[in-house]
Amino acid sequence: MRQIHVAGIAVLVMALALAGACGKKKPPVARPLPPAPTGGGTTPPVARPPTPPEPVPETTAIPPEPGIKDDLLSGNLDAINKNSPFQPVFFPLDGFEVDGAGQQALATNAGILKKYPTWIITIEGHCDERGTAEYNLALGEKRALAAKTYLVSLGVPADRLRTERRATEFPFDPGHDEGAWSKNRRAHFVVTSK
Amino acid sequence: MMKETSFALIGAGFLGALTLSGQQQPPTPPPPPQQTEVHTSIVGSGGGPPKLAIAGFIAVSPDAETVAAAKTIGDVLYDDINYEREYYMIAKDAIATVPKPASIDQVPLDRWKELNADGVIVGTVRKGPSGIVVQVKMIQVSSGRTAFGKEYTGSVANPRRYAHTISDEIFEHQLTLRGVARSQLAFSSDRPAELMKGPVRNRDVQEIYIVDYDGANPQRVTTSTTLNVAPAWSPDNQVIAYTSWRPSSAGSFGVYQDIILSFIHRGDRTTPASGSPDKQNYLAAWSPDGSKLAFTSNRDGNPEIYVMNKDGSGMRRMTNNPAIDVSPTWSPTGNQLAWVSDRTGNPKIYIMNADGTGQRTLVGDAYSDRPTWSRGKFNEIAYATRNGPGYDIKIYSFATGEATRITDGIGSNESPAFAPNGRHLAFTSTRNGKAQLFTIDRDGQNLRQITHEGNNKFANWSQ
Repeated sequence: MRQIHVAGIAVLVMALALAGACGKKKPPVARPLPPAPTGGGTTPPVARPPTPPEPVPETTAIPPEPGIKDDLLSGNLDAINKNSPFQPVFFPLDGFEVDGAGQQALATNAGILKKYPTWIITIEGHCDERGTAEYNLALGEKRALAAKTYLVSLGVPADRLRTERRATEFPFDPGHDEGAWSKNRRAHFVVTSK
Repeated sequence: MMKETSFALIGAGFLGALTLSGQQQPPTPPPPPQQTEVHTSIVGSGGGPPKLAIAGFIAVSPDAETVAAAKTIGDVLYDDINYEREYYMIAKDAIATVPKPASIDQVPLDRWKELNADGVIVGTVRKGPSGIVVQVKMIQVSSGRTAFGKEYTGSVANPRRYAHTISDEIFEHQLTLRGVARSQLAFSSDRPAELMKGPVRNRDVQEIYIVDYDGANPQRVTTSTTLNVAPAWSPDNQVIAYTSWRPSSAGSFGVYQDIILSFIHRGDRTTPASGSPDKQNYLAAWSPDGSKLAFTSNRDGNPEIYVMNKDGSGMRRMTNNPAIDVSPTWSPTGNQLAWVSDRTGNPKIYIMNADGTGQRTLVGDAYSDRPTWSRGKFNEIAYATRNGPGYDIKIYSFATGEATRITDGIGSNESPAFAPNGRHLAFTSTRNGKAQLFTIDRDGQNLRQITHEGNNKFANWSQ
């Protein structure tokens, strides 16, 4: 902010409009995932004034790097979970074993949990509507537990992982075909504390 | 040989409270003066079931409230008695051809004989000192004798309750049959159409409701704005045990499942299984004496069956294997438990002794769930089993060792719950679209839709 202001004074006439624009601009807009800022050469796009009286060698100030500030740290839990960085694990009909694709998803999730070591997540076990209501409560739990066990085997401390069974009560896809059912047979990851 | 039975007069206003307290058993009327009571039974004249006519209830007081109550009592009594399928009910349009009696003592028996009625029920409703007074008589047409007669008084707020009481007492008196007209169903419904709070939004809450056995008088029990499922009435109907997703304390937004005992008449709750995110508890079933609960918990890391006293003491693990064990139900004596296990690869109905010994498969159906052991005189277990894309209700009979399918493959039918007399079941069906509660008789007849609003599941019949 301050540097922008100084720059505005330096090129008072020319940048009057520009400075106004810059001043209104919010400081570093958080970047999308993955955060890893690739240093240098990040000149913010500057709208050229229609008729610049004179080009000035002094460039507009570069805002300070956002450090490790990112969406996932600054956002509230709702925002994080709305665009969850975690990948769901999908299961076959009536099954609760983690397959190869599920193991890859869990490896990704374990990486995220190591990067954000304070996060506590809840693993929700979901089922499709074709199971019975009562058994699905337990099946949902087994799916969540299977995902948890695999994450623990990857080095994630068990006390950061809660499990919860959602059974058929919360379908991700309310449809009634295999496309919907396969989406609903899942372990879903929700950040519940950070 | 046949003589008029006692004509008990009871003055207690036991029908007064029509909210939750209304379901408490009315005080037993004082024993009638001991006379040589000879029982008059309405029996069928032609070998078939007795033919019964509800001649109607006469509004003695002319005010609109009394007139409306009289009509309701007559209509509901017709449905209540018809429900047990013990009497052939003479059709209402035939009944309409007979003039309504001017008084309870002036019933035109000749006209009822022409309609082949074996019995006629007639009654009166009049304003009382507080509320209404309802008088009823069941008359044996052949003799003119009164087979059943009684007078009731109480509030006018819920006339249906008089009909339910009359129906239950007629069945008890005439057939030594426990009727279900005063019973209720507890269930889980998303009808509030409210969304859950917390990190997981846009998901409907489900609350526990109670409704009369015929679908009337829905009442909401829980208001916790979360997911509440699988209610279970205690044997004395004073407590409903249900499974609730509770918010966990201490900074975590997570929720966990626990078993809540709701003392519906006192208005307080307990959580005897002391759930936490690491000790989740669900699907409780009362022992027949009301002293214990069987349920599923992951407290040892895997879904297993446990039994505890209703205060949470005496916790005992009943199953021990890496498979899912869930959905317990007690035998009528409390000596055995049936439940669901997928230890052989898919969920099947199992049975064990109440000390955990003797675990074995009960029925071979490959995907089966929610066994419910009849409390009635029939030693049976109802359950849901996969049938093509959906489920059907089957009843396993210990007498024959056979299971009979009682639903028809229309929609998906699951979560059966027996009526206290074992003659009827409530269950969830999608046959008309959304998940709704239905009742059906144990022979697959007499299908009735009970709920219509929202999605309704996990029926449990009061005891």
